Amino acid sequence: MTHAIEIRGVEKRFGDLQALKSVDLTVEKGEFFALLGPNGAGKTTLINVLAGLSRPDAGVLKVMGYDVVREYRAARRNLGVVPQELVFDPFLTVRESLELQSGYFGIANNGDWIEDLLSNLQLMDKADKNMRALSGGMKRRVLIAQALVHRPPVIVLDEPTAGVDVELRKVLWKFIQRLNHEGHTILLTTHYLEEAQTLCRRVGILKQGQIVALDTTENLLAGRSSQSLEDVFVAIMQDGGVGK
Amino acid sequence: MRGFRTLLFKEILRFWKVSFQTVLAPLVSTLLYLLVFSHVMSDHPDVYPGVTYAAFLIPGLTMMAMVQNAFANSSSSLVQSKVMGNMVFVLLTPLSHAEIFGAYVLAAMVRGLLVGTVVFVTGWVFFDVPIRQPLWTITFAVISTALSGSLGILAGIWAEKFDQMAAWQNFVILPLTFLSGAFYSIHTLPPFWAALSRFNPFFYMIDGFRYGLLGSADISPWESLLIVGGACLALSWTTLAVLRSGWRLRN
Repeated sequence: MTHAIEIRGVEKRFGDLQALKSVDLTVEKGEFFALLGPNGAGKTTLINVLAGLSRPDAGVLKVMGYDVVREYRAARRNLGVVPQELVFDPFLTVRESLELQSGYFGIANNGDWIEDLLSNLQLMDKADKNMRALSGGMKRRVLIAQALVHRPPVIVLDEPTAGVDVELRKVLWKFIQRLNHEGHTILLTTHYLEEAQTLCRRVGILKQGQIVALDTTENLLAGRSSQSLEDVFVAIMQDGGVGK
Repeated sequence: MRGFRTLLFKEILRFWKVSFQTVLAPLVSTLLYLLVFSHVMSDHPDVYPGVTYAAFLIPGLTMMAMVQNAFANSSSSLVQSKVMGNMVFVLLTPLSHAEIFGAYVLAAMVRGLLVGTVVFVTGWVFFDVPIRQPLWTITFAVISTALSGSLGILAGIWAEKFDQMAAWQNFVILPLTFLSGAFYSIHTLPPFWAALSRFNPFFYMIDGFRYGLLGSADISPWESLLIVGGACLALSWTTLAVLRSGWRLRN
């Protein structure tokens, strides 16, 4: 069976730092999966090797069955990534950014979907504004739209709600939940554990480059007799327990 | 092909949106060189028989403007994207390294050729410059801008800060283009400097281009074509290999 995301034995080293140590992880199609961990645990590194922004030292990563190194074209067509950093192209308007991103993926006549994205992310009145003129929250919405512009079946959100207001969170989660109900697979990293608890059916926790917990949200809570994922997370960080 | 065409369009759009800086500014600075040097050197004996100093100077200045702007286009686009972080928008797509290379080089060529055309036409309006061998002229313009665009990609990949890019511009491109025979024939140089000029690839670009316009040059255009074409192929191959490796881009 093809998994939405398949990660086997992935290693990544930066000089003396072993950022990822033999990471194994699968995310099934249609899942809403949370990848949690403290700062520096390796979440973004894992996303970067999955997205082809960085090369793994060892191991295999697949998106919808496509190897991200050998079959990178097909893998990237199936993957949409919202990066953690608030990046934008200062030469472009919002609409130009989305039209160009469609074009990079070889998609023509994507106007209807772009309008849908602008509408769902409440960007219609900003569509012809230059990216430089947008607030941080608006730029974050454009980043999300850019990641979705080619309708990828697998969507990776790397801390999408970091430092953004309540309104955007509501808009974002409503839209992402809709996409998940339509069949898109979602991988989310966040430091807002209540969001992960509410949204995600399964959780993986990274610590110092290793998966130290991987189970359904329900089982993780039951295993620690807790009502709060935050308590479970803190306990796992303290004892480093492996609950695969 | 749509992905490649889109990236090419975006790279052209990027410089066109700031055409005051990317097209008009080089035109003004080049015309200032032309104005000053053609006036100061108006009593200078003809460099080649029947060729005034202004007519000699225009091909050199045109080629200098073309290679400087082709280099600036690909290098500044890449380094800006890296510093701003928006390079991910290209790196996350299914675009191959060859498509990325092609789009950046072609956009650099478009800017170089556009600036060169504007500079040449303006000079041609005010001074009597012949176009004796148009095919040679176009050949050297195309290959030289491709070579510079490719070199710009390498520099843009290598540089991680704007000052590193400025070092390329000020310590590599500017001296090599100024000391390439743009303002003089290398036959007027002392033997040591004339021989040294032969190691400067920009000399062959300018000399070949000048042959196309004036029908006279310091060396055979075939020799220049061999060297410029060979350098262009070698540099393109190197740039493609670097892009394929992901060095300083996918790390």
